[in-house]
Amino acid sequence: MNDRFEPMKLTRRSVLLTAASASAFGWLARPALADPEDVTAARTALFGDAPVTEGRVEVSLPPISENGFSVPIEIDVESPMTPDDHVTRIAVFSPRNPLADIAHFQLGPRAGRARIETRIRLGGTQKVTVVAEMNDGSLWSGHAETVVTLAACVVL
Amino acid sequence: MKPWLCLLGIVLLSACGSARTAPETITNPPEPLLSGSEFLTAETRTLQADDFANPGYLWVDQGQALFEAVVGNSLSCAACHTDESGSLEGAAAKYPRWNSEDRRIMNLEGQINACRSSQQQLSPLEYESNELLSLTAYVANLSKAHPITVERDPGAEYAFDQGFEYFTTRRGQFNLSCANCHQDNWGQSLRGDTISQGHGNGFPAYRLEWQTLGSLHRRFKDCDTGVRAVPKELGSDTYLALEYYLAVRAEGLEIEAPGVRR
Amino acid sequence: MAAIRLSVPDTATAGEVIEIKALIQHPMESGFRRDSRGEAVARDIITRFECLYAGETVFAGDFFPAVSANPFLTFHTRATETGTLVFRWTDQDGQSWEDAAEILVE
Repeated sequence: MNDRFEPMKLTRRSVLLTAASASAFGWLARPALADPEDVTAARTALFGDAPVTEGRVEVSLPPISENGFSVPIEIDVESPMTPDDHVTRIAVFSPRNPLADIAHFQLGPRAGRARIETRIRLGGTQKVTVVAEMNDGSLWSGHAETVVTLAACVVL
Repeated sequence: MKPWLCLLGIVLLSACGSARTAPETITNPPEPLLSGSEFLTAETRTLQADDFANPGYLWVDQGQALFEAVVGNSLSCAACHTDESGSLEGAAAKYPRWNSEDRRIMNLEGQINACRSSQQQLSPLEYESNELLSLTAYVANLSKAHPITVERDPGAEYAFDQGFEYFTTRRGQFNLSCANCHQDNWGQSLRGDTISQGHGNGFPAYRLEWQTLGSLHRRFKDCDTGVRAVPKELGSDTYLALEYYLAVRAEGLEIEAPGVRR
Repeated sequence: MAAIRLSVPDTATAGEVIEIKALIQHPMESGFRRDSRGEAVARDIITRFECLYAGETVFAGDFFPAVSANPFLTFHTRATETGTLVFRWTDQDGQSWEDAAEILVE
């Protein structure tokens, strides 16, 4: 079920949104290419079928994103980061972007702390999922939501 | 009811640019005078204030390298503009300025290109080129936190008037003037945005929308396109006049280059 | 010639966890944007980032088009020995950029 678009009403908003398909926001006008099933598919493609437990992964996004092109994300995974107990990989997934994968990171005991900050593109309001893999193979996940609004003046 | 309608009609007619207002009221800056950064989310303000992560510094760094570089047989900018004499610290806060010899408004881009041709025998740089953006970002950054103090030269009054006229004239398919939003409705919401007062003190700015650093004239083009008006050329006399008027209107606001805007 | 910014402490005590920041100038063209003629602008992104500390990879990342333009990263590493931290970014065509920083570990 494509929940991104209601039936098009000929309002100024819909005309501008259609016009915006020539713009940088063009990819919003395409059918959803990543939905919750895709996030699961992307996750299993990377980590395999191991069960995922919610917890230990703290994800932080601004409640309202200034612009979908550059959203700051902070990820902090609870782990002593010792040779016996550490995070090996962290992956960031989107349920709403054209691609579910945003970034995959590889860590290890030398990382010292499993905390990452970066800036990502989000094609609309969504809940971002972060999955962390430990050296014992266990998977942990965390989420954060953000609202991505359209700018005042949509420029073609 | 009827007198109110008459008043509205007069306001709308004068907003079409057919009526001229007395000079004292023209530079009626919005009160309180607020930089565009006041209308950003907290996260974006934090990014602008971050001396490392503000992406605009990628251009400031390159600008410094270009400023100090010797190109062919020419002197570097730094050769003349030393700390002891000709220091450019605070200089950008006085731009745009009136060039009385050439009888034209000079903004930072124009001044850099004029120096390149007259002092360095180098060809002018294009607007939005990596080099010109880097140099303007570097020079403007040397004025960071300096208040805008543009001189209102009598020779430049025509440009001031032209800039004010552009600012207050409705244009485009949406039939909006800059003033309709940025003078009369700043602070209000327009879709997901809060309308700013339309000052240029944050430029050149890293606009998240552009995903890169850009000039004030590029922003003007987006504004015009935003109301579905035909934009002018980068570096055009119209945009120079508008830039001059806006700088006078923004007097006292601190330069924030490199700014981060949405 | 991409501009690169690095934030690495000059000194650290042995075993201390230090914060590292890296910023590189790159458009990260997603491949999903369309130009004024409606044609897709070709993808051009950095796909891999690596941080090597005295020759060993201590942090790495695989970037997809959803990493913002001018990619920014903050991550951590344990200060183990005096040496060189090498930062390498590689794009989808294999072109790479490198920068380095020295750290003195007491």
